[in-house]
Amino acid sequence: MQDLPDQLANGLALGALYGLIAIGYTMVYGIVQLINFAHGEIFMIGGFGALTAYLWLPDGTGLAVALPLMILLAVVCAVLVAIGAERFAYRPLRGGPRLSPLITAIGLSLALQQAVWAFYPDAKKARPFPQLGGSDFDLGFVTLSREDLFIFVSAPVCMLALGLFVAKTRTGRAMQATSQDPDTAKLMGVNTDRIIVMAFAIGAAFAAVAAIAQGFKTGEVNFRMGFIAGLKAFTAAVLGGIGNIYGAMVGGLVLGVAEALATAYIGDIPGLEQFGGGSWKDVWAFILLILVLLVRPQGILGERLADRA
Amino acid sequence: MALLEVEDLRVAYGKIEAVKGISFTVDAGEVVTLIGTNGAGKTTTLRTLSGLLKPVTGKITFGGEVLNGVGAHKIVSMGLAHSPEGRRIFPRLSIEENLQLGAFLRKDADAVAKDIDNAYERFPILGERRRQAAGTLSGGEQQMLAMARALMSRPKLLMLDEPSMGLSPIMMQKIMSTISELKEQGTTILLVEQNAQAALSLADHGHVMETGNITLSGTGEELMHDESVRKAYLGED
Ligand SMILES: Nc1ncnc2c1ncn2[C@@H]1O[C@H](COP(=O)(O)OP(=O)(O)OP(=O)(O)O)[C@@H](O)[C@H]1O
Ligand SMILES: [Mg+2]
Repeated sequence: MQDLPDQLANGLALGALYGLIAIGYTMVYGIVQLINFAHGEIFMIGGFGALTAYLWLPDGTGLAVALPLMILLAVVCAVLVAIGAERFAYRPLRGGPRLSPLITAIGLSLALQQAVWAFYPDAKKARPFPQLGGSDFDLGFVTLSREDLFIFVSAPVCMLALGLFVAKTRTGRAMQATSQDPDTAKLMGVNTDRIIVMAFAIGAAFAAVAAIAQGFKTGEVNFRMGFIAGLKAFTAAVLGGIGNIYGAMVGGLVLGVAEALATAYIGDIPGLEQFGGGSWKDVWAFILLILVLLVRPQGILGERLADRA
Repeated sequence: MALLEVEDLRVAYGKIEAVKGISFTVDAGEVVTLIGTNGAGKTTTLRTLSGLLKPVTGKITFGGEVLNGVGAHKIVSMGLAHSPEGRRIFPRLSIEENLQLGAFLRKDADAVAKDIDNAYERFPILGERRRQAAGTLSGGEQQMLAMARALMSRPKLLMLDEPSMGLSPIMMQKIMSTISELKEQGTTILLVEQNAQAALSLADHGHVMETGNITLSGTGEELMHDESVRKAYLGED
């Protein structure tokens, strides 16, 4: 187990990535009680946005120039698609039966996958994603790759910005009010439609950043990448207590660490050899979810439903 | 012209008509009360006036402007504030943040700060606990907060939906005396109350609602001495 620090760092990097995507599920759920199951595809579109920006740039552009532009186009694409989805797919169904937006989300997911598949040259194959290159950082007790560094910087920056926005700004307060009681928020003069759009947009922007992190980590993007990532991020949001933005990040981190440690060490336990390694890595997330739902159904930072009444 | 004019208002939930064509007016400076049994349509009426529900037919004019079709979030800025049934404070925001939300559309930050201080003067308990989550307040204190929050928009008309609901007699008295204070200061109020005695003694005009209709109207004084009202709402036989 002497590589434990490295496995932990790996798990935290993975977890921060899940956490960033999970914010989008949790914010939208917190405000409109809707699980936007197309959020995984928004994440995927962010990845293709970043790749597109990179391919537009002349060969040999340094990463210092390319990276900001990749982030910019990733965020713009993801946010535009999310706002469009809210406006044209979800808003018309608001106030209707709970099942309609869920079915719409599934249809929307497929449509977005097919759109990328059809219009992006060669999206059928996994497209290679630019790499950060350069050597790892050896901090003595742990080695960090440059890919990990990207997520270790961007996730805290995103969380800090979101935390300050929600707690300190007038619009952030309106967002909290809308999530606690939308009708009464309207009576205060809050345009709740705008707040809902904002929740979709913030979630999409964070997912786009996460998609770049995943592109760096795995070296590729493909039109199916949103499915597993979205499912795990949804798990993270439920783990942390859906509706709670810090819960989403905590849930993501717990999930990432559990996945990394299980993948690395379960196979060492006598009798469990066959469960070790990468082929089982997607299973641990869901086992963890089931355990948490049994023991603490409101999630790690979630409040009991009674407290919300 | 009256500050608020409601003409032949009908409101339905799906096929069920909850308000069946009512008309009434509220003049600037007066207190008007709507009384009536459970399910008469009082809350539905207020929610329609503040834009949360869309009427089937009817015309609502406020300060000379037609409110039909105006979004709820815009109606506040025209000077109509609504303290809803069940108080509906934001439980996980602090008392002060609740008050700030009451002034959400105001740009005059200094005057808002002053109004918050005034609210604390009127209700000292709110000032003492300004940083606490509003959900930790007692029912009566939450009612004070709901009223103070509605006043933060400096409304031309304040609508209060059952401010005394579920309160102890002492708390009820405190809330009622606050309403009469507001009246003396010239605030125009549309008051929905189960406590007909208290409401009618405060009100300039009153309307009795029954199953979606206004069945009786008069001054507070007249209604208080009306035989049918005494029987139905003031617990006399
Ligand atoms: N959301 C809703 N959906 C369907 N019907 C409703 C809804 N809200 C109220 N109603 C019905 O509309 C009618 C009027 O209700 P409303 O709440 O306006 O009455 P109220 O006079 O305020 O009663 P209370 O004194 O109990 O508060 C009732 O029959 C009620 O059942
Ligand atoms: Mg009512």
